[in-house]
Amino acid sequence: MSALDRLARLDRRWIFLVTGLLVLIPLLWPLNLPLTPAPPVRAYHDAIASVPPGSHVLVSADFDPAARPELEPMLRTTLRQLLQRRCKVVVVVLYQGGPLLVDQIVRDVAAAQGAVYGRDLVNLGFKAGNEAVMVLMGQSIPNTFPRDQSGADVRTLPVMRDVRNYSSFRLLVSIATGYPGTKEYVQQVQGRFHIPIVAGVTAVTAPTMYPYLQSGQLRGLLGGMAGAAEYERLMNERGAASRGMDAQSLAHVFVALCIVLGNLAQRARARREEG
Amino acid sequence: MKRELPLFVTAVVGLFMILSFFVPHQLVSVPADFLQQSAVIVVAFGIVLGGANLLRVNLEAVVKRQPDWPYRLVLIAGLLATVVIGLIEGRDFQALGTRSTWIYDQIYAPMSSAMFALLAFFIASAAFRAFRVRTVEAGLLALAAFLVMLGRVPIGNAITGWLPSGLRLGAVSEWILRVPQNAANRAILIGAALGVMATGLRVILGIERSYLSGEE
Repeated sequence: MSALDRLARLDRRWIFLVTGLLVLIPLLWPLNLPLTPAPPVRAYHDAIASVPPGSHVLVSADFDPAARPELEPMLRTTLRQLLQRRCKVVVVVLYQGGPLLVDQIVRDVAAAQGAVYGRDLVNLGFKAGNEAVMVLMGQSIPNTFPRDQSGADVRTLPVMRDVRNYSSFRLLVSIATGYPGTKEYVQQVQGRFHIPIVAGVTAVTAPTMYPYLQSGQLRGLLGGMAGAAEYERLMNERGAASRGMDAQSLAHVFVALCIVLGNLAQRARARREEG
Repeated sequence: MKRELPLFVTAVVGLFMILSFFVPHQLVSVPADFLQQSAVIVVAFGIVLGGANLLRVNLEAVVKRQPDWPYRLVLIAGLLATVVIGLIEGRDFQALGTRSTWIYDQIYAPMSSAMFALLAFFIASAAFRAFRVRTVEAGLLALAAFLVMLGRVPIGNAITGWLPSGLRLGAVSEWILRVPQNAANRAILIGAALGVMATGLRVILGIERSYLSGEE
C-alpha cells in the first residue's frame, strides 16, 4: 500500500490531534511572526485617532463568548485608544448573549486606564429589538436606554449630559459577530443619520463588509483575529490577538495542506480504482 | 374580518413608516417614534413567547419519550433554573457575584466558546476529506481559499517576504477580497436588497400573507 493510499484511509482523529498541537504549541512557545497592518486596519485606527479629544463615541459591542477570541481584543484595544484620547465612550449591546461579557471588559479596561465610570464612559447594557433599537437611538438615546447596565438613571450620569441621539457622536464603532451587527448599522443608521462608522467583525463576516468599506459607508474594518492583531501592532501592544496569531498561522497552513493532501490521496485512489 | 383587519393594519403601518423616512414633520415623526417603540416592546414579548414555545415543544418530547428526550430534559432544566434564579435575584441579577453571573461565566461562556472552538478541528477534517478539486471552478475556489487563508495570517507574508510588496501573500489576499470577492458580494447584496424590497411591497399590498397563520 502506497503512502497516498494510507493517507486516503487516515483516521480523522490524527487530523484533530495535529490541529490541536499546532494551536497549542505556538501559544506556549510563540514564534513572534511579524505583523503587517492591512489598509482597512490602518483606516480603522486612523478614524479613531482623528476623533477630537472630549468628543463622544458610541461603541456597539454585539458579540457573545463564542466570538470572544476574535472580538474581545478589538473591543479592549478600541476602548484603550478612545480613553487614551480622552473621548467620552458610550457602550451599548444589542446581541442577547453579550451584556455580561461586555460589561466585564468595559469595567476592566476602565480600571486599567484610570477612567471613571459615569464620567468618562458608560455601559448602557442590552436592549432587545435589533434594528428597531438602532432607529430609536436616532431619536433619543436616553429614552431608548433610560438605565445603564447597573440600573442607574442615565440622565444623572455626567458622561450622558450632552448625549441626545446619533448627532451627539463623532463616530460609531460596531464590534459585532452577526445579527444584529455592522450590516444593520450601515443599513439603518449610516444612511439615515449620516454618522461615520468603523467596524470590527469576525473573520467569517469580514468579506461581506468589503462593499461597505469600498463605498465609504465604513471608514475602517478589522477582520477577525488577524485584524485585531494588526490593530494591536498599530497601538504598539502585544495583546491576546497578537499572541493568538502564531497559532492561527500554523492552523491555516495545516488546513491548506489538508486540502492539497486530501486531493492527492483522492486522485491516487481514483486512479487505482480505474486501473 | 379576521384576515382583513391585520392586512389593513399592516398596509397602513407599512406605508406610514415609509412616509416617515421622507417626511420629518412632527405630525409624522411622533407617531412613527411611537410605532418604533411599540416594535421594541413587541420584540421583548417575542422573547417570552419564544421561551414558552421552547418549553412546550421540549416538554412534549420528554413526555412522549422521543429518542433524544434526555437532552431535552437538560435543556428544560437549564432554562427553568436560569429563569427562576434570575427572577429570585430580581433587578440586580447581572451584578457581580450573583448566581446568574456565575451561570453565565462558568456554564454559558465556556460551553459557547468550546462549541465555536470545535470548528477548527472540523474545518481541518473537512478540508482533508471533502474539499475536492474536480472542475476548473472548484480549482479556482481552492486557489482563492489557499491564497486568502495564508495571506490573512503573518506566515503568508513571512514566506513570501522575498517578493516585491505587491506580490506578497498579504497583498494578494487583500486584492482578492477587495476586487473579485467584492464584485460578487455586491451583486449578491443588490439582488438580496431588491428581493427584500419586493417582499416588503408584497406584504404591504397584502399579496404576501404567509405571516397570517401560514396562509400563502
